[in-house]
Amino acid sequence: MLFAFLSEAQAIKLAVLLPLIGGLLVMWMGERNRNLREAASLLTAVLTFALVASLTGEVLGGARPSVDLFTMLPGLSVTLTVEPLGQLFALIASGLWIVNTVYSIGYMRANKEGNQTRFYVCFTIAISAAIGIAYAGNLLTLFLFYEVLTISTYPLVTHAGTPLAIRGGRVYLGILMSTSIGLLFLAMLWTYNITGTLDFVEGGILAGQIQGPELAVLMFLYMFGIGKAALMPVHRWLPAAMVAPTPVSALLHAVAVVKAGVFSVVKVIVYIFGLDFLNQAHSVDWLLFIAGFTIIAASIIALRQDNLKRRLAYSTVSQLSYVILATAILAPISVAGAVMHIAAHAFGKITLFFAAGSIYTAAHKTEVSQLDGIGKRMPFTMVAFGIGALSMIGIPPTAGFISKWYILTGALETGEAFAILVIVASTLLNAGYFLPIVYRAFFKDQQPRPESDPYAKYDNHGEAPIAVVLALCFTALGTIALFFYPDVPLALGRALVGG
Amino acid sequence: MSGAEMTSDPWLILLVIVPLLAAPVCVLLRSATGAWSVATAVAWSVFAISLKLLDTVMDQGVVRYRIGGWDAPWGIEYRLDSVGVFVVLIVSAIAAVILPYAKRSVEKEIRKDRIYLFYAMLLLCLTGLLGITVTGDAFNLFVFLEISSLSSYVLISLGTDRRALTAAFRYLIMGTLGATFYIIGVGLLYQTTGTLNIADLKTIMPAVIDTRTVHAALAFLTVGISLKLALFPLHMWLPNAYTFAPGAVTAFLASTATKVSAYILLRIIFTLFGDVDLFASFPLQPILITMALAAMFLASLSAIWQENVKRMMAYSSIAQIGYIVLGIAMATETGLTGGIIHMFNHALIKGSAFMAIGAVVFSTGAVTLTQMEGIGKRMPYTMAAFVIAGLGLIGVPLTPGFISKWQLVTAAMELNMWPLAALILLSSLLAVIYVWRVFEVAYLRPAPEGAPAAQEVPLSMLLPIWVMVLAALYFGSNATFTLNLAHTAALQLMGGL
Repeated sequence: MLFAFLSEAQAIKLAVLLPLIGGLLVMWMGERNRNLREAASLLTAVLTFALVASLTGEVLGGARPSVDLFTMLPGLSVTLTVEPLGQLFALIASGLWIVNTVYSIGYMRANKEGNQTRFYVCFTIAISAAIGIAYAGNLLTLFLFYEVLTISTYPLVTHAGTPLAIRGGRVYLGILMSTSIGLLFLAMLWTYNITGTLDFVEGGILAGQIQGPELAVLMFLYMFGIGKAALMPVHRWLPAAMVAPTPVSALLHAVAVVKAGVFSVVKVIVYIFGLDFLNQAHSVDWLLFIAGFTIIAASIIALRQDNLKRRLAYSTVSQLSYVILATAILAPISVAGAVMHIAAHAFGKITLFFAAGSIYTAAHKTEVSQLDGIGKRMPFTMVAFGIGALSMIGIPPTAGFISKWYILTGALETGEAFAILVIVASTLLNAGYFLPIVYRAFFKDQQPRPESDPYAKYDNHGEAPIAVVLALCFTALGTIALFFYPDVPLALGRALVGG
Repeated sequence: MSGAEMTSDPWLILLVIVPLLAAPVCVLLRSATGAWSVATAVAWSVFAISLKLLDTVMDQGVVRYRIGGWDAPWGIEYRLDSVGVFVVLIVSAIAAVILPYAKRSVEKEIRKDRIYLFYAMLLLCLTGLLGITVTGDAFNLFVFLEISSLSSYVLISLGTDRRALTAAFRYLIMGTLGATFYIIGVGLLYQTTGTLNIADLKTIMPAVIDTRTVHAALAFLTVGISLKLALFPLHMWLPNAYTFAPGAVTAFLASTATKVSAYILLRIIFTLFGDVDLFASFPLQPILITMALAAMFLASLSAIWQENVKRMMAYSSIAQIGYIVLGIAMATETGLTGGIIHMFNHALIKGSAFMAIGAVVFSTGAVTLTQMEGIGKRMPYTMAAFVIAGLGLIGVPLTPGFISKWQLVTAAMELNMWPLAALILLSSLLAVIYVWRVFEVAYLRPAPEGAPAAQEVPLSMLLPIWVMVLAALYFGSNATFTLNLAHTAALQLMGGL
């Protein structure tokens, strides 16, 4: 074993610290030595992933290693505990970080972005926060890293420094901060006041402590307090975040930040409320409807977006609610499906964003209507895009099929007709906004831009830089691989619900 | 009372005597560096003494000293319990950190031939603030209140901007009104009870509480102190005073003076009137909660509209005083703990914020948002400190503001005051807006043409700023010590100890 010399506790601590150490290295190298700086980023990502991966075996074996970092309030520590769901999230975030770093190097250099050191440093803090969320052993720890993630990604969203970026940043920060401080903080304190603990416990801590309308209100505070899960109407920060450079949209706003949101939702429902408790109390059925509504409404909005990244953003809003819907079905099998969907969507959506960034880098095109015939010029990018799109729709042989299968099974088992209806309708809508893009790219002829267009000179483009293409091919293959080998995420999902 | 004869701790009187005697020494020295050295040495020794006293108080509960050997209530008794020692610690720690910072800042902002007077005044102000917290005598408290007030008027008027004079004058009028109200209140109490010793007054109070005189005294005392505390709507003197005072003075007063006033309010409500149930017989709670909420929201809203960052932070201070008073008004163990710990937490946060702004003024002269465009790149370490302080005002976890809010919201929930819990959190969202206005300007706007690339302040200023910021982060991530201390203080005030 690579990390055999570390004790479990040290390994867990280091998983959160390693990205930060990498960040310091990156800061130290700065603009003076860009190659070394990028090498430091990449090395940190690889080491972090290796470290996280080394913990998988034990978790699958039933161990729940835990370590206290410091005592913030009397009786309340900041604690890291590795459990199945968190392990999966940490694996996804740190694993895709490697791919994303490769992609970033290609993208940021090709587009001559400024402030690259700040960019990489903030990225490392964000990843550290994501792993902190994943391994949070109690709600306080989760809240802490959740806020760190919001703040560290703000400079990434406003990276361009344009008035548009600043406006986007305000919406981003405004919604995420007001929901977390206004609602989530309140929910956390409420929970602490009635239960005297904030630990994530199997079976939940709230059973028998709260009921009726109060339970519904508390659930409301949690679900909308976790703004990162983008339940409507607190989803607007996500499209606003699309002003960021594409690597940020890809890893953070398709994977780390949004998955932190739905991850927190699953964690709160499973470990704070408890599935059995919620099954007996019917006061939270509304969650199913809100999630269903978000899935459909976001898909309809996505249909009407011409900007590719905005279309992908609304698709993310819709896909996130799949996870919430699956969890709200409250059947163990659908919760396992929710966990699988976190993994499946991560691979699919990062591929789609990588492709969008690749198109922007090579052709300087951002709108769907400009993409006629682009598949012939950028075959790798667009085939990868197609694979990502298939996974979003849920067509084999892609990962999205597996997760939808599990969610549907759960819905059938519990007889949730509404959930089934939503899944079927949204599958059609997904096809409706993804397939036309693929069709345009491969079956229509390119429309040259008028001479007056400053980007017309890019019309005769080829593929994006090699680092970009490599990254997106890798994640596209990953989307397919996850269909054939879904064992790890499924095993972790089953371990979560004790199946 | 039996302990009074046994323990008479001389350190208690030294806490006041040392800075008091050092002030004339500064005047005699007539040298800027000499005066600064004396003041710094005094601040550090006072801090050391207060650490020692903290140790004694945690060990014995109460420390006493009888002036001239006269027993209370005939003589003046100095008396330090866990409430007082917490405030003494705040004042002396802030002074110890700010004095090294003050050297360069003062050299730049104050005429050279007046610098030694500045340090003399600062020491007198320190004397007054410490004296208020250690004295057990209501009239003696007035004397120290005046010492601290008069010296702070002078300190404020030393600001470079000529508007500092009018600001100081305005503060003088309001401050004198407050002090006069206080002494009228004390006079009425003396007339009724014949004693000035606070502990003595406390025991006599139940017998005389139903007289009109005592009611009037209570009104004069609370309104007078609310003026000094800048409790909304009696805060009008504060924004200008903080805006135009020299940087080091603003940082010092903002983190100490209002905290000491809050301490007096605590003493009035929970010690002077501690044996009568004020909250049952007077609508004190609704009044204080209303004022506190008005401060939290209206002052925060004012802060959002400010162009001058110092004034923005001044309004933010008024809002933060609202949190302290809110904790006091809830009058439960948890609520009081929240109010008391926020005195400490806010001192750290606002001290850091004002020191950082002072540093910006020192090296660039910029104080308005427009002047501060792109400052984040030019002064990275100073502005990073300001951002952390700003996050503290919002109450982000790891900052002490989070601990305060945790405590206050919990207190509101325990009382089943749900709207209050929500309002506390809502008001911290207003802080997000004003803090982020500074952030956007500092980091996302390009620096004006011709601005130098790097203008970081000298280490002698940067180091104290970061000492304060790191202390804030430490007490934000590990609040067991401060919470226990505040909790003991709250219990003592509630009469449980």
